[in-house]
Amino acid sequence: MPAAAEASQLKRGEAGRAGGDVRSDAHVTVEGRSSGGIEIDLQSRVALYYGENVRLQVRELLRTLGVEHAYIRVVDEGALSFVIAARVEAALERAGLGREKSALPDPIPPPAASAKDRLRRSRLYLPGNEPKYFINAGLHGPDAVILDLEDSVHQAEKDAARLLVRNALRAVDFGAVERMVRINQLPLGMVDLEVIVPQSPDLILIPKVETAAHITGVESAIARIAKQAGVTRQIWLMPILESALGIENAFAIATASDRIAALTIGLEDYTADLGVVKSATGSESLYARQRVVNAAHAAHVQAIDSVYGDVADTQGLLRWGEASRAMGFEGMGCIHPMQIEVIHRAFAPSAVELEKALKIVAAFEDAQAHGLGVVSLGSKMIDAPVVQRAFKLVGRARQMGLISANEGGQA
Amino acid sequence: MSTVTTADLVTNAAGRRVPTLVNGREQTPYAGVDGHRPSGNKFGPPIRTNSDYPRNGDKRVPDLETALRFCGLRDGMTISSHHHLRNGDRVALTALETAARMGVKDLMWFPSASFPCHEPVIELMKSGAVHHIEGSMNGPLGDYCSHGNMRGMGVLRSHGGRWQAVQDGEVHIDIAVIAAPTADFFGNADGAHGKSACGSLGFALSDSVYADRVIVVTDNLVPFPCIPWQIQGNNVDYVVEVESIGDPKKIVSGTTQITRSPDRLRISELVARFLRDSGIMRDGFSFQAGAGGVALAFVDYLARMMKEAGVKASFVRGGSTKYLVDMLKEGLTGYILDGQTFDLDAVRSIASDPRHVPTSPFTSYNFHGKGNFASIVDACVLGATEVDVNFNANVVTHSDGRLLHGIGGWQNCLFAGCTILAVPSFRDRIPVIVDEVTTLTGPSELIDVVVTERGIAINPKRQELLDAVKGKDLPIRTIADIKAEVERICGGKPAKPRLGERPVAVVKWVDGTVLDTVWQVLEDNPYAGKVAEPE
Repeated sequence: MPAAAEASQLKRGEAGRAGGDVRSDAHVTVEGRSSGGIEIDLQSRVALYYGENVRLQVRELLRTLGVEHAYIRVVDEGALSFVIAARVEAALERAGLGREKSALPDPIPPPAASAKDRLRRSRLYLPGNEPKYFINAGLHGPDAVILDLEDSVHQAEKDAARLLVRNALRAVDFGAVERMVRINQLPLGMVDLEVIVPQSPDLILIPKVETAAHITGVESAIARIAKQAGVTRQIWLMPILESALGIENAFAIATASDRIAALTIGLEDYTADLGVVKSATGSESLYARQRVVNAAHAAHVQAIDSVYGDVADTQGLLRWGEASRAMGFEGMGCIHPMQIEVIHRAFAPSAVELEKALKIVAAFEDAQAHGLGVVSLGSKMIDAPVVQRAFKLVGRARQMGLISANEGGQA
Repeated sequence: MSTVTTADLVTNAAGRRVPTLVNGREQTPYAGVDGHRPSGNKFGPPIRTNSDYPRNGDKRVPDLETALRFCGLRDGMTISSHHHLRNGDRVALTALETAARMGVKDLMWFPSASFPCHEPVIELMKSGAVHHIEGSMNGPLGDYCSHGNMRGMGVLRSHGGRWQAVQDGEVHIDIAVIAAPTADFFGNADGAHGKSACGSLGFALSDSVYADRVIVVTDNLVPFPCIPWQIQGNNVDYVVEVESIGDPKKIVSGTTQITRSPDRLRISELVARFLRDSGIMRDGFSFQAGAGGVALAFVDYLARMMKEAGVKASFVRGGSTKYLVDMLKEGLTGYILDGQTFDLDAVRSIASDPRHVPTSPFTSYNFHGKGNFASIVDACVLGATEVDVNFNANVVTHSDGRLLHGIGGWQNCLFAGCTILAVPSFRDRIPVIVDEVTTLTGPSELIDVVVTERGIAINPKRQELLDAVKGKDLPIRTIADIKAEVERICGGKPAKPRLGERPVAVVKWVDGTVLDTVWQVLEDNPYAGKVAEPE
């Protein structure tokens, strides 16, 4: 573009948040210029400690993104480097500068790849545009975090959240926690995939799934992007059924891709679709939840329940979780870290169940050792499916840390 | 005007440079935790004769101005006040403003602590009515002092250190102005009753005993005798009745809410688990809790664990709140020994339950006492602004050198059997675990455990604690390891802010020696006020 034409266009963009009670974020304003180099105006609450660090980083980002002349103002509320990078890149994109390039933070070593049937009792929702919740999320010990690009992100912030989540997947240490991303509804969700898949998330939640075709579209996009980006780690899928039609198609959806590891339900949208009120007991969604459980089990994937909305009501959460486990769900969502421990308690087998399962496993191994085809406990013969269930329960209990590695034999 | 040059500085036993002369008084440099053994006699107030007081016991005068005049107010005097009315206090400021109107100059204000409501004292310092403050300073008062605008030097003392300074005669209180939620005409006063009830009046006790003159100001005058009395009328010169001594809404909080910050809850839970798993939580144990978010939440967790284990405390010390009161009601503790009463439930409890007992820095903290309660306590949970890799801690300044917080009972509480600092490992990208603290407030040999959201560090000097938690399900790490992780997250070591060469305040140790210096702040950090305060 000729310099004169460039100068005549207003190239201004801003991104991020600052002021008020904002913490761990930064607001970045960029104005493209045709000459004069880079001018950085930094206002940081950590200026005394990391002011130089931030200036250097911003300069480096602009260089990487190919911007040579710009005024850039950063109001920093103690944002970490991966946040500043995402905000600068978003502001530049919005200004129409530095397109087609990205400034990726240095990656930390990724955690071990996720197994299809790993524990998924609790998944902690992290609003995708709220960086302050990211950094310590893993410390609270959920089985998974969900970096959410969908409902918790304002329509106007989808692009910024996408960059922030991308950077978080590279730079934030979530520990042993499974790293999930909830993409937007299609077609916007496809744009999310282009940015998120190359960062090798462990699992992608697909919202408002109604048909199997919906899954195959996402599946082939993931396969293509992963191949292009050289991502070899498995990326699992968890479709969210949130409508009457989605529930009707539950089994077809659950079997639409080998990547599907779990099936879950979104009760807010489901009850809205039915035009009924979501109650504390969930009686209005009983059928839908049972249908999800049945379809998931038929498809050999996990059935995962929705969230419990009242954070202060831990007793209510515990009751909901226990009922949910009794129905055949293996986990549910959390909207606050306080819910994690309660949910883990709710989804743990009782001492009586565990003891019985351990006895059955021992009886099976005893029978094997003696070359017996029939497993019996006392005077009772134990059927094969019961043995299988006992093995699964003991295995889960071990993953939950309820028994030690050497208890429960080969289970 | 006191100006200090570097020539007046010496290096104390903690390796910190401290002035030898503060506000015209010779100072003793810190000589180690138990290194200072003063001798001689305690300070004695002037002899009084009851012939000079009304035989009918009625010491009322029409207003504060009259009382101050009768007390012989003149230039250069020291006026003291207590902070049990916290940010709702109207009495201290009124007393100083009245004195200013009366035309006196160069007063020294000696509060047991100052609050944001005392900001107008800056104007009194500018006009010359107040020369300087010896007491905690934060917010605008802290900034005024940090920037070197105060004529004298700030002197930061612990609650126990304030009592020690008074008993030493290091600080001679000319006039004590004691706000009293309930009093009679004789000057007997109580804090637990009345529309401005604040609970304990313990901080005013030393002032009532040692000041030359004592004025009790009340908005709830009751017929003699005021029962119970925490301040004895026999120490009081004048009684002034006013419409209101403070704003009840700011004196005590309605319902203290437990924090919902996930990180603080995690720290709180780790503190409780540490106490349980280390064996400190056992039948008959004792602990001290404050009123910050973490302190409240850890009590909640600990109470649940105590119930599960069937364990009861013999006593707890507060900073009392609903959470300690609930423990008392449920029989989880035998007594509450109360230094400050923070919420309405606690005020009601101290007014009605004989097992909820007001205490003072004399019983709890005083260096010149023959022992004190703080060292009897098994465990104490405190906050800090910074902790260094050697377990030294700062509670008075932020990392930028600004005065942020008074010492309060913090230093005194370090003498507990196990001192636990409950702190986030960083705040808004500012590491809390650092190489060296900006201002030394607590020496490492008294700080046993640092609990952060990223793990628990035990002072290597406390081998028995390390042994006690061996094999327990606790995230025990070295403090250096936590610091390294925090620096990785924050983007390297933070730059050290440059501070001026002029001392603007000193931090006293509990024995009156000078532990560290607060240096003038040079750089202007417009965001300093927004940084989260420690608890």
